[in-house]
Amino acid sequence: MRALRTAKVAAALAAFVLVGAACGDDGGGTSAGGKFIPPDLPAMGTLGPGEGEVNLVAWAGYVEDGSNDPAVDWVSDFEQETGCQVNVQIGNTSDEMVQLIKSGQYDAVSASGDASLRLIAAGDVEPINTSLIPNYKDVFDGLKDKPWNTVNGKNYGVPHGRGANLLMWRTDQVTPAPDSWGVVFDPNSPYKGKVTAYDSPIYIADAAVYLMATKPDLGITDPYALDDTQFNAALDLLRQQKALVGEYWSDYLKEVQAFKSGDSVVGTTWQVIANVAQGEGTKVEVTLPKEGATGWSDTWMVATKAKNKNCAYMWLNHIISPKANAAVAEYFGEAPSNKLACDETADPNHCAVFHAEDEEYFSRVHYWTTPIEQCLDGRTDVKCKNYAEWTQAWTSLRNA
Amino acid sequence: MSTTEVAEPGVAAPPPSRRVSGFLHRHPQLQLAGLLSAPMLWLVVAYLGALAAMFITALWTTDPFTNDVVPVLNWDNFRQLVTDPAYPRVALRSVVVAGLVTLTCAVIALPMGFFMAQVVRPRWRGWLVVAVLTPLWASYLVKVYAWRVILQSDGVLDSVLGPLGLSSPGFGLSAIVIVLTYLWLPYMILPVYAGFERMPGSYVEASADLGARPMRTFRSVMLPMVFPALVAGSIFTFSLSLGDYITAQIVGGRTQLIGNVVYTNIVLNRPFAAAVATVPVAVMVLYLIAVRRTGALDNL
Repeated sequence: MRALRTAKVAAALAAFVLVGAACGDDGGGTSAGGKFIPPDLPAMGTLGPGEGEVNLVAWAGYVEDGSNDPAVDWVSDFEQETGCQVNVQIGNTSDEMVQLIKSGQYDAVSASGDASLRLIAAGDVEPINTSLIPNYKDVFDGLKDKPWNTVNGKNYGVPHGRGANLLMWRTDQVTPAPDSWGVVFDPNSPYKGKVTAYDSPIYIADAAVYLMATKPDLGITDPYALDDTQFNAALDLLRQQKALVGEYWSDYLKEVQAFKSGDSVVGTTWQVIANVAQGEGTKVEVTLPKEGATGWSDTWMVATKAKNKNCAYMWLNHIISPKANAAVAEYFGEAPSNKLACDETADPNHCAVFHAEDEEYFSRVHYWTTPIEQCLDGRTDVKCKNYAEWTQAWTSLRNA
Repeated sequence: MSTTEVAEPGVAAPPPSRRVSGFLHRHPQLQLAGLLSAPMLWLVVAYLGALAAMFITALWTTDPFTNDVVPVLNWDNFRQLVTDPAYPRVALRSVVVAGLVTLTCAVIALPMGFFMAQVVRPRWRGWLVVAVLTPLWASYLVKVYAWRVILQSDGVLDSVLGPLGLSSPGFGLSAIVIVLTYLWLPYMILPVYAGFERMPGSYVEASADLGARPMRTFRSVMLPMVFPALVAGSIFTFSLSLGDYITAQIVGGRTQLIGNVVYTNIVLNRPFAAAVATVPVAVMVLYLIAVRRTGALDNL
């Protein structure tokens, strides 16, 4: 009897295992051999009438319909004009966004560079027909046809805006004002225990940026293309930094609060965080250090499995229209992608403050990109570390 | 329901509901099956099914670029768990934290439970139980963020302890233990209180009459009586602490627990996250086996 019961339980378990195995296969995935070849998908030919709704995956603050702050709204007029009801799902990290798009329930996504290539390679997003997006012509040339939005000459999305990960410090506790990342990496930093760092594997690139300037003999040209030696050098630097770090942040509220209380006095940040902290009366300043920095340049992309493609195209056109682009850039604290947006910002200096037209400034910013085995800097004699290896190295580092 | 059968003239057919209940009455086994199938299905699909799916996923890998799961069976994930010293270390750290939290909760819950069940007047007991449960009414996140404000430098704790020459422990391992103890304390107090309530007060008096000092009474009379309750509470506090990652994220400073490792990997590398997640499952199984051996579960 007992043996029989055990056998039954085992059979039931086996059945579930089989069901699980059948459901788990997502298909796709084409990073094979030397260079990566995205699946050949057609772009849309002509724009039809709107479907009545559009489902977006976006960073917090990118799609505001006035429900958070009645004054912040660039969605309602779009809904009235096009009849496309906008539904938004916030993605907290690039990784989360990739996962959401893979679910097939969304039409468009605001992907950062560390998500966009993965989506393109897996066939989760399709090429776009820029002639269906009238506002595309006004996008800064410095943002068009870049490796994170264009593969093999095909455009996969429209640029949304860009910004840099900056160095923030408490002006009343950190003197003199730092102009180098050395203050968060140097083992003799006087701010030991009050340094903060971004809690994500992509932060390894920040260490690589610093090494590009301080250890040129490592030969790093792209912080996202690191071979074994370069990768280990970056990890060594981060291990050494760990002794200085008071806490790692990923949640922006947490960083605002840590700077306010003085638990953190210097570390990496986003412009929008500095704005919020200053708004709460915390004495902080930000700068783009002399070594350069990592940053983001986001792209709105259309999902291959989208059910509302016409509305998705209309949204892409709307979000880079001068008015909406100006509004979102000001709200989030980044540089707009549309040239004409600079005339529409409430603060006439916005484009100057965020260096929207300053290609020299952005030439020092290394936009987030997915590290892959094929070195992004063009080297073919070595293998670079891919993002999965970055993730595991980061986990080891955090728990060493 | 079909109406043709009911329309038969002369015979007053019972309503459908009566027929169903009559049928069930004649087939008690079917009745039992109907009653239990929903909860059993829930148990098997949601609990065991999820566990099985997790174990299988742990044996898969991911495509390094697209992060799609590749269902090819191999032991790589587990090999990495064992070879990279970071993972055993974070597992050990999590078990130590869970153990400390459980111990602290027990030390606080024992006098508290005894007071509530044996000392205070019966009409106050209900209110005390309510008081113990009140923290559960507030959101978990609100409580942890409140602790962040309490523990931060120049925070509440610093200003209270400052005059005594002490300071807040700051964010880190001790902060995690303090906050988790606060969060899970009700789950320890309630069973311990129930355990003391079942203990006749005369036992303590008898022990005293026979000349035992309070410490001896506690060790030889009270502790054996509430031990099963203590074990029941410890299962809650230990397992809840072992799985927690949000507290570590908010007040942990640089410290990570095993839940954080699962969290960082879950989107990018689900198979590896599943492999890591088997560690707390294994620890809990060992814990439950150990608990079973003490026989405490038989006396609950």
